[in-house]
Amino acid sequence: MSVQALVIEGGRLIDPANGIDGVRHLLLRDGVVELASEGPIVPPPGARVIAAAGKWVLPGFIDLHVHLREPGQEGKETIATGCRSAVAGGFTSIVAMPNTVPPIDTGLLVKFVAERGREAKLCRVYPSGAITRGQKGEQLTDMAELRDAGCVCLTDDGRPVMSSALMRRALQWALPLGLPLMVHEEDMELSAGGWMNEGPVAARLGLLPIPASAEVAMVARDLVLAEDTGGRVHFAHVSCAASVRLIRDAKRRGLRVTAEAAPHHFTLTDEAVEGWNTHARMNPPLRAREDVEALCEGLADGTIDAIATDHAPHSVADKACEFDCSANGIVGLETALPLTLELVHAGRLSVRRAVELLTVGPARVLGLPGGELSAGRPADVTIVDPNEEWTIDASRFYSKGRNSPFDGRRVKGRVQVTVVGGRVVFENGDVKENG
Amino acid sequence: MSAGRHLLQIRGLDRADVESFLELAEAHKRAHLEGRTLQPLRRRVVANLFFEDSTRTRSSFEIAARSLGADVLNWTARGSSMAKGETLLDTVRNIDAMGPSVMVIRHSSSGAAALVSRHVRASVVNAGDGTHEHPSQALLDAFTLREKLGTLEGKRVVIVGDILHSRVARSNAHCLRLLGAQVVLCGPLTMMPRGIEALGAEVAHDLDALLPDADAVMMLRIQLERQQAGLFPSPREYARLYGLNAHRAARLQKHAVILHPGPMNRGVEIANDVADGLQSAILDQVQNGVFVRRAILERCAA
Repeated sequence: MSVQALVIEGGRLIDPANGIDGVRHLLLRDGVVELASEGPIVPPPGARVIAAAGKWVLPGFIDLHVHLREPGQEGKETIATGCRSAVAGGFTSIVAMPNTVPPIDTGLLVKFVAERGREAKLCRVYPSGAITRGQKGEQLTDMAELRDAGCVCLTDDGRPVMSSALMRRALQWALPLGLPLMVHEEDMELSAGGWMNEGPVAARLGLLPIPASAEVAMVARDLVLAEDTGGRVHFAHVSCAASVRLIRDAKRRGLRVTAEAAPHHFTLTDEAVEGWNTHARMNPPLRAREDVEALCEGLADGTIDAIATDHAPHSVADKACEFDCSANGIVGLETALPLTLELVHAGRLSVRRAVELLTVGPARVLGLPGGELSAGRPADVTIVDPNEEWTIDASRFYSKGRNSPFDGRRVKGRVQVTVVGGRVVFENGDVKENG
Repeated sequence: MSAGRHLLQIRGLDRADVESFLELAEAHKRAHLEGRTLQPLRRRVVANLFFEDSTRTRSSFEIAARSLGADVLNWTARGSSMAKGETLLDTVRNIDAMGPSVMVIRHSSSGAAALVSRHVRASVVNAGDGTHEHPSQALLDAFTLREKLGTLEGKRVVIVGDILHSRVARSNAHCLRLLGAQVVLCGPLTMMPRGIEALGAEVAHDLDALLPDADAVMMLRIQLERQQAGLFPSPREYARLYGLNAHRAARLQKHAVILHPGPMNRGVEIANDVADGLQSAILDQVQNGVFVRRAILERCAA
């Protein structure tokens, strides 16, 4: 059954890849963008018209870093509930992290994730696969098999590849396959025993510290290995000022590396951990003010290519416990847009750059379709009301997770409509199941 | 008084709060010396919940509670429902349902007492949470120092050792400062948490330079297993730099007081002759601990 054609009328179309920022009318048909026009569009027979005057019409958001928890931890999230959360947050494409139970380290498992994603019929789900078998950091996975099964990048996310020799060989094996390696940078010996960022807050709360050098030393190592091998490295959830500096310098020297930052890392400092707040526990941990500043600069100047949520849903019991027993991470998909817009409202980021970081930026990191709205591109669109003020309410998340340090935060700017492949999958607060 | 019904940490208390605990402790000590017994907690239950092993602190709270007339429940993690996988919150909610007035909690996780306090009706007394605070220890240290020095106003107290892992150091830094003392935290960089200056203490690494001006030195227990993690090269090397031996103690002023929260590693952070010497107030600390804990239990049960 073909999808009803859709005309989105009179919105402010912001399409950074094509240098467009102005009022346009958009025609979506047969799953692709047919036309973005300055003049009015006569709706084809049977088409639905969405009036978007005063709204922003954007390429659908792309999240490179999502933990969907299936298979194995369906109590925290399933691929279906994660997809609901995604479209509610304006995301039309998400990359599923492979640290499930078992980890995604065979072609069969990659196909399972892709199939469950298709069954959810909401957004596009791109599987990633592990760099090492079982994410144990000991033996490489069958990377060509993973790629041929549909995996878009390789990562042991949640863990680093501690062995430099193995990392070097992983880069060499993956290079001719065209698969980027997404790296979680943490020297496990430097971070061992630590619970939060090193500094006055950790000292005061009596939480053993994780030094910034645990991340920075591994970023430095992998820049060296990327240069050495010519391999493609993407730095996941960069959190430290010194990491941003190293990546900026490497890019200036022409290295083909990319990086992402998570909204919680550019919004909150480690002060959020006050009171042993388990909702502020993540890995990498929330950092100091100067790190937050450096991330904002990196987002603005292109050092950081993408905003990625590191969506990490957990059950209530995983967080209602002692700080050192609690799980890492927060629900990210449904709060990414307003937190990104906080930087726009504060004058730290242009609207165009903010949109770029959520759309064509991540698309280019992994060479994914979408991220722009020229004719022939996928009809993935996110319509945003930039002026709506609202209060984040974790109890109303579409995710199974309720773990958010942003619960109760007053924000401005909200996703109104999400369109995937020309089909409305989210509208005015409601996910349209199997529409 | 800004302190609530719980005693979770010294941080956040004001000087009047601390003074009122110390004054009440003095009243208990006087009553004890005069042979009077005050039993304000008759027919009340004090639950001692020790999720981490402790002899001194648990015994001290138990004696304090009994001398106030309370019934004492002594609960330890070993062989309990916790050992069967029950969560901390489930355990304390169950004990809370039995109706104790006060829960005294020792736990290996920083923030554990604060977490419990948000989920129970009983008043919660933190008897040491991870590497965060140990407020009753700080109060008994302040009580002992005031006895010996008259006042803490303007006095210089040097706390020596593994500051990184020390809840005693954190509580003392807050408490002594509230009472007008200057606090110096002294130890190797490997055991000094970055940013600890924000507690309002000086940070130093050369113990010898600090001794002549100190009015009190508090030697912290060094956990010998930390050698494996590389926090210090050997007990011998540690003692060479940070151990209080007779030679070092001779550089102290005559009135200076030597404290140790126990248990001691004799010959490592403190030498035998110093621990047992005239300037040592280590057993006074233990004795005063009972009076201070009586004051804490009485105040928190009120």
